[in-house]
Amino acid sequence: MGMLKDKDVLLKIRDLHIEGYSDEEWIEIVHGVDLTLHRGEVLGLIGESGAGKSTIGLAAMGFARDGCRISGGSVEFDGMELTTTPKSDLRALRGSRIAYVAQSAAASFNPAHKIIEQHIEAPLHYRIQKRVEAQEDAMALYERLRLPNPREIGFRYPHQVSGGQLQRAMTAMAMACRPDLIIFDEPTTALDVTTQIEVLAAIRDIVDQFNTAAIYITHDLAVVAQMADTIKVLLKGNEVEEAPTEQMLESPEDDYTKSLWAVRSFKREQKSRPTDGSPPVVSVQDVDAAYGETKVLEDVSFDIYPGMTVAVVGESGSGKSTTARCITGLLPPLKGKILFNGEEMPPRYQDRSWEQLRQVQMIYQMADTALNPKVRISDIIGRPAEFYGGLKGTELKSRVDELLDLIELDPKKFYNRYPPELSGGQKQRIGIARALAAEPQFIICDEVTSALDQLVAEGILRLLDKLQDELNLAYMFITHDLATVRSIADEVVVMQQGRVVEQGPKDAMFRPPHHPYTDLLLSSVPEMDPNWLTTLLEERGVDNIGEAAEV
Amino acid sequence: MGDVLKLVAKRLGLGLVTLLVVSILIFFAVELLPGDIAQAVLGQSATEETVQAMREQLGLDRAAPIRYLDWLAGAVQGDFGVSLVSGERVSEAIGGRFANTLFLAAYAAVIAVPIAIILGIAVALFRNSIFDRVANVLTLTSISSPEFFLGYVLILFFAVRSSMFPAIASISDGMSFGDLLYRSFLPALTLVLVVVAHMMRMTRAAIINLLASPYIEMARLKGAPPWKVIVHHALPNAWAPIINVVALNLAYLITGVVLVEVVFVYPGVGQLLVDAVSKRDFPIVQACCLVFAATFILLNLAADVGAILTNPRLRHPK
Repeated sequence: MGMLKDKDVLLKIRDLHIEGYSDEEWIEIVHGVDLTLHRGEVLGLIGESGAGKSTIGLAAMGFARDGCRISGGSVEFDGMELTTTPKSDLRALRGSRIAYVAQSAAASFNPAHKIIEQHIEAPLHYRIQKRVEAQEDAMALYERLRLPNPREIGFRYPHQVSGGQLQRAMTAMAMACRPDLIIFDEPTTALDVTTQIEVLAAIRDIVDQFNTAAIYITHDLAVVAQMADTIKVLLKGNEVEEAPTEQMLESPEDDYTKSLWAVRSFKREQKSRPTDGSPPVVSVQDVDAAYGETKVLEDVSFDIYPGMTVAVVGESGSGKSTTARCITGLLPPLKGKILFNGEEMPPRYQDRSWEQLRQVQMIYQMADTALNPKVRISDIIGRPAEFYGGLKGTELKSRVDELLDLIELDPKKFYNRYPPELSGGQKQRIGIARALAAEPQFIICDEVTSALDQLVAEGILRLLDKLQDELNLAYMFITHDLATVRSIADEVVVMQQGRVVEQGPKDAMFRPPHHPYTDLLLSSVPEMDPNWLTTLLEERGVDNIGEAAEV
Repeated sequence: MGDVLKLVAKRLGLGLVTLLVVSILIFFAVELLPGDIAQAVLGQSATEETVQAMREQLGLDRAAPIRYLDWLAGAVQGDFGVSLVSGERVSEAIGGRFANTLFLAAYAAVIAVPIAIILGIAVALFRNSIFDRVANVLTLTSISSPEFFLGYVLILFFAVRSSMFPAIASISDGMSFGDLLYRSFLPALTLVLVVVAHMMRMTRAAIINLLASPYIEMARLKGAPPWKVIVHHALPNAWAPIINVVALNLAYLITGVVLVEVVFVYPGVGQLLVDAVSKRDFPIVQACCLVFAATFILLNLAADVGAILTNPRLRHPK
């Protein structure tokens, strides 16, 4: 970096303060952050949610979301002070010299217009290119980003294209006017690992090709390690530290950074199946299921033994959650059986007895939407205890207190509160307590940590592990995150397109030889090594990654 | 497109079933009217014998379900019976009047719908500005005032004080189109004032509802000016609710105009219906209600098809 001179500075942010409006007052959410970005440099901004990453990224475009305002400091882009520039001049920068790539391409493409129409909007608006010329350029970019049918794909509507392809089309769109700076705001967070790798390769390729500077915002350390020249760590609107990528990975200085790096260290002993001949808690046998005419599960079978954790992994659409719906009876299977402790359960939950319903509980991915915001915590947890356990009055209260103790929340503080007052991790704990209240033997955890920051997620995993030991619970752990699988699973079931492609004890699953699909999944998980992506691309070839890979 | 045709056919079939249910409701609601129909038609001075004879003539001595089936059989073939008061065929009595009502509704709609949508877009663009507030207050005032009151106010200013337009919208067959427009201007204007507010506010709400979407933020971050964000990016996704509220208001323009017709003595179907109810001319009442029900069903169908045609997900399946 020492080679970069001051005249190469593209973006200089000094003492940036941003305020957000909530509860009828302005509260500062970014407290004086400095940032310097040179031409062609990629800066990774990392931190947990609430660190102010996106807010700072948008401020680099002179933009503040509704309910936010830049309250102090300076943002200097190529010699132009953005905090004092009139709105119309700022607008002229956006899309042309500074572009933005959003987290969810599916939500950020306008559903009413064709992809290419949205692509050429900015070039036409700024009169950089004529229509036909702009379309040709779009197709060239699509080809460069290895989208299938580059001459045709742009004429589709966003809903007709897959998530990973859309994300690449959005990167192409950001490139439309050949900007000097692109803000990537968690561009791969919503994608499967196999798709993520394609998008990462595409982004890196195009940023190199056009020598574009970029701010890459993410909470995933391994991803940022592949993309960034420099990494800046943020915490609650403050800078923690900044250093070149390799140095940051090898020798982080701040304790907070070290704790981020240490997250993936949680690992527990792998358990094996009981040898006393006791039946599995849950046994899924030859299950087929369909939504309407579309078949989504085919011949799915696996067993879950008491006190064990079985991780079900696969990409979105592989049938993980559908299997859970079959087990709970929400979706009666077309064929096959669900056994519980060796006894066959009626396919529809309506036909199951209370006792059978009690034994199977669920914890959901989005604790935000899975908890009724208008119901007190004590009632959320107390309701299943009352319904299944028949508890009342002081008995019920002491049971709720006991459950809150179990999930490590102070009953005195949380008994009377409502879900919106809680943090994401606390809400997920309430979700766990609600499942425990029914005293089940078996809990389905559906992506329970994927909406959480890594440190918080780690706390949840530790809690689930502790509860398993104390209460001898069996977990079916649905996830697409293989790091989570490594840390807590005893057995692994790999699903692809509604079928089980491989299953077995974890240590065997993570040791070659793998089923080719398992291999693809495993090798697509980003590693902390900054050269991981490069090496992988060299090994596999750029055309043989992700969705396009031959399995 | 084949899917849309299939949907239209299915909805039309369902509409027919709805219409059948409505016809039962109408028939028996008329049955529930207090007093004896023959007595009411003939008046206080009728003798016992004439009332009895009238009853037999009308078939009132037969059981209600049988009379209903009789009536239904006729209605299916387009024969709604004969007016009890004038002896005219019901289809003829309604036909011309319904055309008048449709004309007035179309007249009001052609003015009101574009105004409402353009105003709605404008207030969404300048939301929370003075313009937004003034437009809101004005349209809310016009929707909150009863139609007859609005009608009289308009008559006061445009007919009595300045005599720009006639106070009585008397129209007849031989008139030129321009003349028709001129004479029915005040009733049409009254209707416009009544329906604009609802459609405008829905347009505003539907657009503003979308402004928090990621793709709107994306459009802003691509440097699109505010009017383009609203018209090009928000509006195409807001059509479904707007079309629905427009259809609802069009239905209102056809079926809810009784008061306006009475104020301006406009020869529409609403006035006919009021007369028929007060005179117990039940064949007319039944026929009018059935026509209104059919109008509602058709307009709602049109709204659904419109909502599908404006939704690219439904227009271009995967």
